Amino acid sequence: MEANASARLKRRVATVAHRVGLFLAMLFICLPGIWIVLSSLRPTVEILAKPPVWIPQQVSLDAYVAMFSGVGKGGIPVVDYFRNSLIISVTSTVIAIAIGMAGGYAFARYRFRGKSAMFLGLMLTRTVPGIALSLPLFFVYARLDIIDTHFGLILAYVALNVPFTIWLIDGFFRQVPKDLAEAAQIDGCTRWQAFWQVEFPLAGPGIASAGIFAFLTSWNEFALASQLTRSINSKTLPVGLLDYTAEFTIDWRGMCALAVVMIIPALILTFIVQKHLVGGLTSGAVKG
Amino acid sequence: MAIVSLKKLTKRYGNMEIVHGIDLDVSDREFIALVGPSGCGKSTTLRMIAGLEDISGGTIEIGDRIVNDLPPRSRNISMVFQSYALYPHMTVRENLGFSLKIAGAPKEEMDRRVAEASAILGLDALLERRPSQLSGGQRQRVAMGRAIVRDPDVFLFDEPLSNLDAKLRTQMRTEIKKLHAKVKSTVIYVTHDQIEAMTLADRIVIMRDGYIEQVGTPDEVFQRPATRFVAGFIGSPPMNLHEATVADGNVVFAGGQSLPLPGRFKANVSAGDKVVFGLRPDDLYPVGHGLHSGDAADVHEIELPVTVTEPLGNETLVFAEFDRRDWVSRMLNPKPLKAGDRVAMHFDLSRAHLFSAETGKSLRV
Repeated sequence: MEANASARLKRRVATVAHRVGLFLAMLFICLPGIWIVLSSLRPTVEILAKPPVWIPQQVSLDAYVAMFSGVGKGGIPVVDYFRNSLIISVTSTVIAIAIGMAGGYAFARYRFRGKSAMFLGLMLTRTVPGIALSLPLFFVYARLDIIDTHFGLILAYVALNVPFTIWLIDGFFRQVPKDLAEAAQIDGCTRWQAFWQVEFPLAGPGIASAGIFAFLTSWNEFALASQLTRSINSKTLPVGLLDYTAEFTIDWRGMCALAVVMIIPALILTFIVQKHLVGGLTSGAVKG
Repeated sequence: MAIVSLKKLTKRYGNMEIVHGIDLDVSDREFIALVGPSGCGKSTTLRMIAGLEDISGGTIEIGDRIVNDLPPRSRNISMVFQSYALYPHMTVRENLGFSLKIAGAPKEEMDRRVAEASAILGLDALLERRPSQLSGGQRQRVAMGRAIVRDPDVFLFDEPLSNLDAKLRTQMRTEIKKLHAKVKSTVIYVTHDQIEAMTLADRIVIMRDGYIEQVGTPDEVFQRPATRFVAGFIGSPPMNLHEATVADGNVVFAGGQSLPLPGRFKANVSAGDKVVFGLRPDDLYPVGHGLHSGDAADVHEIELPVTVTEPLGNETLVFAEFDRRDWVSRMLNPKPLKAGDRVAMHFDLSRAHLFSAETGKSLRV
């Protein structure tokens, strides 16, 4: 009895210790995020204070109010930026996923000449840092007169995302047994129907995660966007952060507030899609 | 009515020919088994019939139509895969009804046919489950149900039982046989398991390296194997096959020992011919423990040392050394034997087989 009781106690203590440890680790990981939220709520003096002030003394939503109160009253055209970001990110993600699905499926299912070379080539494009391309891209875009347009940025982001989505989606289609598509064809499907009825739903979680990655890449991208955009026609939220820098001052609070505005949609999207990310759907398809 | 007819059916991958122009006629409602070791082309042949592989030459007829270039969905076949290939994102009911849904069948008909198939296979309690919640045997049953619902001209089975454990396999074998009696469709069944082929099929097609070695009823392929390969492949434990040379009325083995040449082969061989001598374990037995009475004229008695025994309960497999090789014999009503014992063995030469060492063909007259 004694041994059982002490074992039970030990287990409880271990559980509590485990949770406390996890909490501390999460706190550490989330610290930058928390700092941004906190900083968006307090005056610059407090932000820059040394040693740092952990507990905000004066909390206010002034930065948010100012942000939305229009140009000239300390605000920035945040609605325009938000709209640009949304249009550019969503469109480029949809296109990248469409191409990624077609490409990933082809790589997963078909044999063709130069397949591995092509695959390697796609991967190699990822090794080139985007910033290194920004100057040549700027020249080309200037010639084509597509600087400061949605189209220009969408094109750049599609190119940025396609190799990665192809690679990711290829992996997910590989996990869907070939037998299933064949069984569907025998059950009366065309190749096309077999894809949409059977293979697509099973690769769905993978495609969704590729979508999130593509979306977040476009949503957060700064280096290219800062070169290829000029005005409220196409400036995205990350570029909009620069509006808070003036010649001699930086409005840290405003910047943090905009950063929070940027983070929120990304968080919401991730939460929505996350339940689709749960794998294991394919288990039970084959074998006993 | 569904006759399946293969004419000069060929499959090539690049320069590699996998199936070498085989001919086969399957009659309506016949249960035919394609059997052979892995890589013999049996699965490829089945997949060509299904339309999952393009054919490189020859023709495939199902019913009275040549279906060479028709997609799988237009051939009115169904197929049970080795992996079952159940759709994991659908319930059992949806799996069963999938083909009807694709065909745009009205809901009432769909429900009726799913209910029929489910009743035949005893799936009623499982209809709302997903494949991941089923056991191997249940998945197998759903896969068969999905095939039945289509009401096809031809059922194709691709090693459907090889993922099941031994006990379940025997059970499902019986179910497949019952199913065939009920649905009365033409069945083409691929397996590497000769026992499955023997127990299920009306006729067996034994394939090897992309050729058909022999087509026949289970009895024919067992009693009168056309080639050395078939002799070794069909039957468990396999036939004793040993190379020998013909010399004045005897077959002389490599080690110098000999047996009398059975009379019915005499016309087909002459002295000096290289042959392969075959004798089933059933036709070699300790005296008094055989399947046959042993009083035939061609029974030959030799005393041999026992090397290994494998007791199976109702019988014991006795490995005895003759001509410095192990020969398997089947001892019925087994008596205790141990390695090293000497035991008098009957060689029932009236049932022996002789194959040409060169071509592998049977030398039966």
